[in-house]
Amino acid sequence: MHRTGELYGQFETLEQQKESAALGMWVFLATEVLFFGGLFMTYTLNRHYYGTAFGVGSNTLDLKLGGLNTVILILSSLTMAMSVWASHVGKRKATTGFLVATLILGTAFLGVKVIEYKQKFDHHLIPGYHFQIDYRAQHPSPNDDPKEIEAEKEELSKAFAKDPDLNAHAQLYFSLYFGMTGLHALHMIVGAGMLLWLIRQSMLGRFTPTYNTPVEMIGLYWHFVDIVWIYLFPLLYLIDRHQ
Amino acid sequence: MSEHIVPPKVYVGIFLSLMVLTAATVAAAYVNLGPFNIVIALAIASLKATLVVLYFMHARYSPKRTQLVIICAVFWLAIMLALTLSDYVTRDHDVAANISVPQMLES
Amino acid sequence: MDTPTSTRSATATVYKIPEEHYLNSTYGIRSWLLTTDHKRIALLYLFSVTFFFFVGGIFATMIRIHLMTPQGFLVTPETYNKLFTMHGVAMIFFFLIPSIPAVLGNFLVPLMIGAKDLAFPKINLLSWYIYLIGGSFVLYSFATGGLDTGWTFYTPLSSIYSNSAVTPAVLGIFINGFSSILTGLNFVVTIHTMRAPGMTWFRLPLFVWAQYATSIIFILGTPVIAITLLLVGLERMFHLGFFNPALGGDPILFQHLFWFYSHPAVYIMILPAMGVISEIIPTFARKPIFGYSFIAGSSIAIAVIGFFVWAHHMFLTGESVYAALAFSFLSYLVAIPSAVKVFNWTSTLYKGSISWDTPMLYALGFIGLFLIGGLTGLFLACLGLDIHIHDTYFVVAHFHYIMVGGAVMGYLGGIHFWWPKISGRLYPEFLARVSAIILFTGFNLTFFPQFILGYLGMPRRYHSYPPEFQVLNVMSTAGASILALGYLLPMIYLVWSLKYGVVAGPNPWPATGLEWKTDSPPLTENFLVTPEVTWEAYDFETRPDLELDHIVAGKLPAPAHGDD
Repeated sequence: MHRTGELYGQFETLEQQKESAALGMWVFLATEVLFFGGLFMTYTLNRHYYGTAFGVGSNTLDLKLGGLNTVILILSSLTMAMSVWASHVGKRKATTGFLVATLILGTAFLGVKVIEYKQKFDHHLIPGYHFQIDYRAQHPSPNDDPKEIEAEKEELSKAFAKDPDLNAHAQLYFSLYFGMTGLHALHMIVGAGMLLWLIRQSMLGRFTPTYNTPVEMIGLYWHFVDIVWIYLFPLLYLIDRHQ
Repeated sequence: MSEHIVPPKVYVGIFLSLMVLTAATVAAAYVNLGPFNIVIALAIASLKATLVVLYFMHARYSPKRTQLVIICAVFWLAIMLALTLSDYVTRDHDVAANISVPQMLES
Repeated sequence: MDTPTSTRSATATVYKIPEEHYLNSTYGIRSWLLTTDHKRIALLYLFSVTFFFFVGGIFATMIRIHLMTPQGFLVTPETYNKLFTMHGVAMIFFFLIPSIPAVLGNFLVPLMIGAKDLAFPKINLLSWYIYLIGGSFVLYSFATGGLDTGWTFYTPLSSIYSNSAVTPAVLGIFINGFSSILTGLNFVVTIHTMRAPGMTWFRLPLFVWAQYATSIIFILGTPVIAITLLLVGLERMFHLGFFNPALGGDPILFQHLFWFYSHPAVYIMILPAMGVISEIIPTFARKPIFGYSFIAGSSIAIAVIGFFVWAHHMFLTGESVYAALAFSFLSYLVAIPSAVKVFNWTSTLYKGSISWDTPMLYALGFIGLFLIGGLTGLFLACLGLDIHIHDTYFVVAHFHYIMVGGAVMGYLGGIHFWWPKISGRLYPEFLARVSAIILFTGFNLTFFPQFILGYLGMPRRYHSYPPEFQVLNVMSTAGASILALGYLLPMIYLVWSLKYGVVAGPNPWPATGLEWKTDSPPLTENFLVTPEVTWEAYDFETRPDLELDHIVAGKLPAPAHGDD
């Protein structure tokens, strides 16, 4: 591990080193845009053809949890940006503090996702042999609101009328839901790992106004992961909510 | 990266704008605008993304080549989406109609 | 260069290998396996890609032997499917795509721009390890049942019905994609931020422009195939349904996503080779390249426009005829920058002082064969004609003319051209020229008959064919045996030259370009003092140190030769 501000051998100046790191991270993020892009393409096509099923699938998602996660993640972007600022102005404790806040918020996001995934598992909405879009409607649990179940049954019967293969198409929606949020969550876990490293480095006093490149770079990564969620939220959670 | 240091109040301001936009997108989802629901949703998401890129990620204060990288990434994603869709959308026959699902799923 | 590495005599300068260089600066297996020196990493890649070239070559040999008789006698139809699949996968993903960028690009880019190394040397090493891991998964797939889906992995065969080892293979190619991405990232950042003072964009060697353009494709295209193959693997494991019509999925979506990368991938394979040619031609015509900025710009143009044409692989899938028209038109458009390059190379030769050294033979061969391959691509891009020749041997011949006649010849030409720099030694010139001619002959005998076969209707990927096609098939196989000799000979004499080759000195050809100002082989840190560039690229006319003022007098210093 090199010390603060040490110049790597292949570079001539610290400026060049910093420029390279920044360009490198941005180029990497460009690759991530295309990586997620393949899934967005798949989503676009399938939603275009199976709008009904996508609406039904989307309505099974808990909007409160999804909205909460959106707020959590955007807040974590704020704390991440603040930690970059703090490192820029030499406030070491604040840098660490904001990084810790970012990590806590990121972990909270993942926790909420676990809750959501568990819910899907209980309702037989994991793609595979047991997938059944109307499982909850057919087998409501005692704590389910009967009015909600009635509304869901009605929605489903209308949907089945429009699309006899609703189950198969809803399964496509959920494959995308798990695929896209799963890939996103994986990126968040990697981000959380990097934050742990950053926090340790920050506590060791490694970041100063002249050298805070890792904070900035990992910050860029974190914001990118936030941007992916900013698109995932409306695309997955907000389809046909007016019905 | 430029040495331009963005003051915290800008960050907080952006954060609050993002919160407002999040609320807006949820609210808009409850109004039936037909095909415009998706347009509004994507427009708001894009506006949020732009704010994050410009301010949280400092793109506004970054060298031109950073901005070029961002534009290229978005442009390439757009090509992939647009040109692929150009195939599906201009077909004379509908691909997904009349596909029936055998009992495969139940077995 | 303070220690005397040469002694001048009346006739020729005799050089000695410098005392310290990148090959002997540190010893031991760890110093190689944990190296961050871009030159050593280039050699690590050289060994690995050569290995995979053999793997792909063995499958090719089996295919050609099998096709000597109409009913095919060597293998069963199912095994035949595996042979052409594994040939394609090994050659494309593990030989062609990495070859020039990871071997020559890694070695030369820092030298050519005056830098000590790439921007991210450790990531460079990581790229190689990722390549090995990906390659291991694919080799595992080959060894445990093989792969029979075609290198194109079309669904639903690959995602559902194939009984071969698809999952490890797609995983391996997925992993290997990150090797490409990181290499491309490294090159882009290096070329942007680490050019020596005075090395402006328009003084860069065209090889560097070619690597930059290739890196754009690495960065923007590879992630898409990564996610696509991941989806195939997931679909295979969890029966998801994106590409399964029975579950509402769409096999054509797979093809769109697959070709979005795989078409630009062919430009990954040819652009670096074009960069090599742009270095060789001026050197052996002793002239600055004609139309430098057009060649540089055409590299970028090919990289960009190459992303707009992918669905020309899908003309016969039932895609929209209007989209097909657009893709066909764009495919014709992308040929234009390639043609610009061919015109410029030819114009460089005009009134140049040509010497027929081995690299030049490869370069001239490239121009001819690429021309044929490229023009036949236009045949295929024509909608009406493609209905007739799609999925026939015409396509096979077309892409082999470009991949083998183009890319591999460019690669070999580059290896020969820069061999003195890499090893400090000259290869035996006479034997090398003979090999190049053998290769050229063998190549044409192998693949030209395939144009005819395809036009006559022989489908590709078929294990048997009507008896009337046998003569052409046997010709093709005979050619392949000659081609194989053309590949084996360089491997032998290049290794031989490491010990017995004439010591090359810094600039045997002589060529312009910063890499030729370093010792052969260079020091680990390339330049003791960062060079300051005050001259244009290919400035043959104004470099007194190259002793080329003899051009005016009509007398040239002969390039150094390995068996003079």
